[in-house]
Amino acid sequence: MSESVSTAEAPGAGLPPQDGGPGVFQRHWTTIVFLGPALALLAVWIVYPTIRTIIRSFYDRSGDEFVGLDNYQTLFSDDTLVTAIKNNFLWLLVVPAMVTAIGLVFAVLIERIRFSVAFKVAVFMPMAISLFAAGVIWRLMYEKDPSRGTINAGIAVVKDAVSPPGALQAAQPSTDAVEVVADGSLVLETPLEPGSVAQLGLTGIRASDVRDDAVQAVVPEPLQGGITGVVWRDFKPGGGTPGVLEEEEVGLPGVTVELRDVNGRAAYTAKTNPDGTFGFEEVEAGTYRAAIGAATFAVPYAGVSWLGERLITPAIMIAYIWVWAGFAMVVIAAGLAAIPRDLLEAARTDGANEWQVFRRITIPLLAPVLTVVFITMLIYVLKVFDIVISIAPGSVQDDANVIALAMWRTSFGGVNDFGLGSAIAVFLFLLVIPILALNIRRFRREV
Amino acid sequence: MSTAEATDARVETRAAVGEPLSARIVRFLSRTPVYLFLAFVGLLWLVPTLGLLFTSLLPASILNTTGWWEILSEPSLATFDNYRSIFDNQAITSAVWTTLWISLGATILPILVASLAAYAFAWIEFPGRDWLFLVVVGLLVVPIQMALIPIFSLYNSLGLFDTIAGLVLFHTAFGLPFAIFLLRNFFIGIPKDLLEAARIDGASELRIFFRLILPLGLPAIASLAIFQFLWVWNDLLVALTFGRETQPITVAIFSQMRQFSANIELIAPAAFVSLAIPLVVFFAFQRYFVQGLLAGSVK
Repeated sequence: MSESVSTAEAPGAGLPPQDGGPGVFQRHWTTIVFLGPALALLAVWIVYPTIRTIIRSFYDRSGDEFVGLDNYQTLFSDDTLVTAIKNNFLWLLVVPAMVTAIGLVFAVLIERIRFSVAFKVAVFMPMAISLFAAGVIWRLMYEKDPSRGTINAGIAVVKDAVSPPGALQAAQPSTDAVEVVADGSLVLETPLEPGSVAQLGLTGIRASDVRDDAVQAVVPEPLQGGITGVVWRDFKPGGGTPGVLEEEEVGLPGVTVELRDVNGRAAYTAKTNPDGTFGFEEVEAGTYRAAIGAATFAVPYAGVSWLGERLITPAIMIAYIWVWAGFAMVVIAAGLAAIPRDLLEAARTDGANEWQVFRRITIPLLAPVLTVVFITMLIYVLKVFDIVISIAPGSVQDDANVIALAMWRTSFGGVNDFGLGSAIAVFLFLLVIPILALNIRRFRREV
Repeated sequence: MSTAEATDARVETRAAVGEPLSARIVRFLSRTPVYLFLAFVGLLWLVPTLGLLFTSLLPASILNTTGWWEILSEPSLATFDNYRSIFDNQAITSAVWTTLWISLGATILPILVASLAAYAFAWIEFPGRDWLFLVVVGLLVVPIQMALIPIFSLYNSLGLFDTIAGLVLFHTAFGLPFAIFLLRNFFIGIPKDLLEAARIDGASELRIFFRLILPLGLPAIASLAIFQFLWVWNDLLVALTFGRETQPITVAIFSQMRQFSANIELIAPAAFVSLAIPLVVFFAFQRYFVQGLLAGSVK
């Protein structure tokens, strides 16, 4: 390399001919060649717009009238913008801490484990993907319908295993004789005593939801010292009288019927037969109410509305943490590898246990690295935009709003208020400055 | 719990030399919870991306009623039809090319401009040099949002709106402060003797720059190039603001998102194409990527 340079005698292309030592003029000229393009680009694309945006933020929408601080006042009073600021502070509070903590846990776990490369690649990979593509990916994960949305499908598997959907999901009482009570169960209004016969007619049941073994319903005989009854589908094709058990009306087998005592406690339970009948033998004297528990009418899991207005911000945060955890892990792992082993050894020799070593030596030595990760995340989180606009459907963007998104929507998303948009940009700028100043000071101290 | 286990494992590793097989088995078993946990979390981290991949391979008729996991029980459902149709889709193919041109332009240009400036800041004496350098690095503070509105107006009057050149220049300018900062710090580490020797031999500054500094600076330049390329390739904000017909792939997909479910057979494969290139770049240059990441945590 240096050889090729040392053989060079002709001046570089475009330079004025050299006359002995480089003159003052030529020195300046060289400097301009090297610095000029960069300074010109920075001046036109960063410095000029920054000044222009600050000035513009004091003017109204059209840009003709000076309005002082009006735009800033709007920024702190408009509902959507206040939501954006609140949300962004929530982001600052939650996400950097979570990312740093998760990164630390991962970094510590993989440190001494073989085959950790696969894990590292899996966790780090989202870093290469755009936040926009990550948004598309998570939009897919968050679909509400459990048969399509991955997360709700996962929850549905667990939930249906714990509490399976009921046998009669949409069933309703056929007459006022049966009432729906607050907990969702159906209760027969007439009190029952031993010897009574209960008739619980239900409608709103699709033929396909009736079990195959169901047969024509019958009203059972009264039972001495016991209570009997029938649960049937009180619907006859082509009409019929509600509340009356007629031909072609089938029993509802497999329904759990409860006898509730005066305190509302289920004293006895029984299952219905194929003809819909049930019976309780040897019931203690007293009055009871026949009821069908709410579990029978439990609808299958409908899915959490992740993209609804209430959960949208946490949902986007999860996606964002998914992207950035790998960054934190890799940086912290590098910091961990740089900790001198003999320090840890010395502590162990002195009788410290592993937790103490971790808490008293590893963590303090890692502090600078953890700070870098935390501050880096603060800066990125403050400017979060792509992933919010891609995950949040248009209808909930007001609820998911953050400062950068508010700035864009105000300026380019239809409202086109450059005055207010500029004010939001300046506000964002003012928030970024202290964090980055902190970062640069820390950096200068290290160098 | 997990941290204590990992540190246990560290102690055990130290003892690993010359220990009997039984001890090794015990050590492996004591680590099993950590292995299982990591395997579980690793899979969890892969699911979203795999979900997109599998979704992109399923016909819309299937996706209307069920999720991508259907492919796991019936792999024969997989088809490249969705990909075939997006590659026949003129809007998408031209978006891919647009993305590529913007990304290449906005990688090469800032690196060239920044390394010239970084060389001046590192090795050319001129009054106010350190002060100017500080100002340039200080521009890192300026968020992109500060420039959107004035540049939008400027581009409209200059005719740069909705052009590849407009996007490239914007990305170039905003890539400069960090690039200059990183390269200057790298260049200043080049041994002074090499430069002195070249200068004594009468080499011009430009010649020194192209023949000596650029080749020696290649590792730093490579890291920077990968970062800048991925940054620009993945951009949504800038392209969404300064483009209408000139759409990179992110904007092209974004414009379909209004009807997410209805357009899924277009969105899923297009999104996968858009992230396939960064993934290839990432896996091919992983080392530079991580190096750059460690160096660049101040951005």
